[in-house]
Amino acid sequence: MSSGGFRVVADTGICQGHQLCQGEAPDVFGFDEDADVVTLLEERPDESRRADITTAVKYCPAFALSIEED
Amino acid sequence: MTLAAIPEVSTVLDDRDPSVPEIIQGTGHLPEMRVDPIALFHRVREECGDIGRFRLADKDVVLVTGAEANEAFFRAPESVLDQAAAYPFMTPIFGKGVVFDASPEERQQMLKNQALRGDMMRGHAQTIEAEIRRMVAGWGDEGEIDLLDFFAELTIYTTSSCLIGKPFRDQLDSSFAEIYHRLEHGTDAIAYVDPYADIENFRVRDEAREQLVAKVQAILDARIARGEVAKEERDLLDVLIAVGMDADYITGIFISMMFAGHHTSSGTASWAMIELLRNPSVMTDVVAELDALYADGSEVSFQALRSIPVLEAALKETLRLHPPLVILMRQVQEDFELLGHTIPAGTVVAASPRVSNRIEDDFPKAEEFDPGRYVDPRQEDLQNRWTWIPFGAGKHRCVGNAFAMMQMKAIFSVILRDFSFEPVQDLDSYRDDVSKMVIQLAQPAKVRYRRRSR
Repeated sequence: MSSGGFRVVADTGICQGHQLCQGEAPDVFGFDEDADVVTLLEERPDESRRADITTAVKYCPAFALSIEED
Repeated sequence: MTLAAIPEVSTVLDDRDPSVPEIIQGTGHLPEMRVDPIALFHRVREECGDIGRFRLADKDVVLVTGAEANEAFFRAPESVLDQAAAYPFMTPIFGKGVVFDASPEERQQMLKNQALRGDMMRGHAQTIEAEIRRMVAGWGDEGEIDLLDFFAELTIYTTSSCLIGKPFRDQLDSSFAEIYHRLEHGTDAIAYVDPYADIENFRVRDEAREQLVAKVQAILDARIARGEVAKEERDLLDVLIAVGMDADYITGIFISMMFAGHHTSSGTASWAMIELLRNPSVMTDVVAELDALYADGSEVSFQALRSIPVLEAALKETLRLHPPLVILMRQVQEDFELLGHTIPAGTVVAASPRVSNRIEDDFPKAEEFDPGRYVDPRQEDLQNRWTWIPFGAGKHRCVGNAFAMMQMKAIFSVILRDFSFEPVQDLDSYRDDVSKMVIQLAQPAKVRYRRRSR
């Protein structure tokens, strides 16, 4: 695994507003009620959050999330 | 560059051949699409590359594959690429005036408001578990089932119960599934010439729809005779009656609500079972995973909402090889730029899950069933989000995919822990009937079950 940290990317062009990511990592993923899409509360979360964020990416029903390694 | 600059695929079935029905003589690749659509779509990529063309009667269809073209296709807004006009075979099934599909915005609103919402999933999981147990309650210690009959009936109950409501589902029996199947079978590509043509397939389709309307009418009459019930006992049918809709229109709405979730889930469950029978070591791993997971007595409706990695990987690989929809189509509303070509309004543009899911560069040994593709660090679904497309992609990505995966996990959790299965026909003899736009398992597709001693 990379030791340089990682960045979370949300593609609001394809987010469908399922909000499942908020269930996995509510400190990282927020929600824009007006636009009905995900927002990022933390673009560069701490390494300790990696597992939950990976789950959110994997189970996003729109495939709108990804992790970019530094 | 215009349409003419996009290469057209070869013709292997002469559209004037005597075997071609009169009504579709001279319609280009339409006769082949009714016989072997999968060979046609694969040939487009082999001969033309990422962008190729075939002809359905008076329409040019531009078929794209590969990540770059697929992304452009899936990201295009509704105002540029419209779904409804591209599927003329659906209109007589839903009924005139019933919307084909909501816009992405409306879909999102529906998602927020009702049946597919994340927090509704727990209830759906319980409903689905109960429906599966009800289906297998009559099984003996061993016996035979036909996969199409079994899963088509089961998914009628699960989709109707979760999307319309339990009171409505409780008034259905196996005859509803049988009629619904005939309706799905009415998706003959001849509809690209005339969706109301006087042909046997369409007569069967229209008769099936009338029978469904009659069933809904009977349920509706009984509801009206019964009078109002407490709010918590009402379902969607009561709501639609209250706003004054008639049985024909309500039936159309129900058909359209159930359509996306029915043949797709039924086919996926069947193919997952077939692939597990063809790959006994994967079956062994899946059963071991489920036995360990449920050893502590935890409930299916709880676990189905959580990660079940080995089973999930087997399901994903089933979806990659056997996507329920082999082609996704849109009609161009205004001139559209695609890989350097200008596609004129009126053209149909299409993506093929069946072809893209098997692109060798993205999925090494693409023809092989290998659930290991989804394990870290390969993650071939996430790595190829524009070509791993059994659920489509982008804004139109199947809004029910989380529901569908949960349903599959619940089904296999129940049946693989209580029963073992074996094929009763040659493993290569299980195949799809691809003669209709809605692809279904060809019969017979029988398997034998045996109750496990635990």
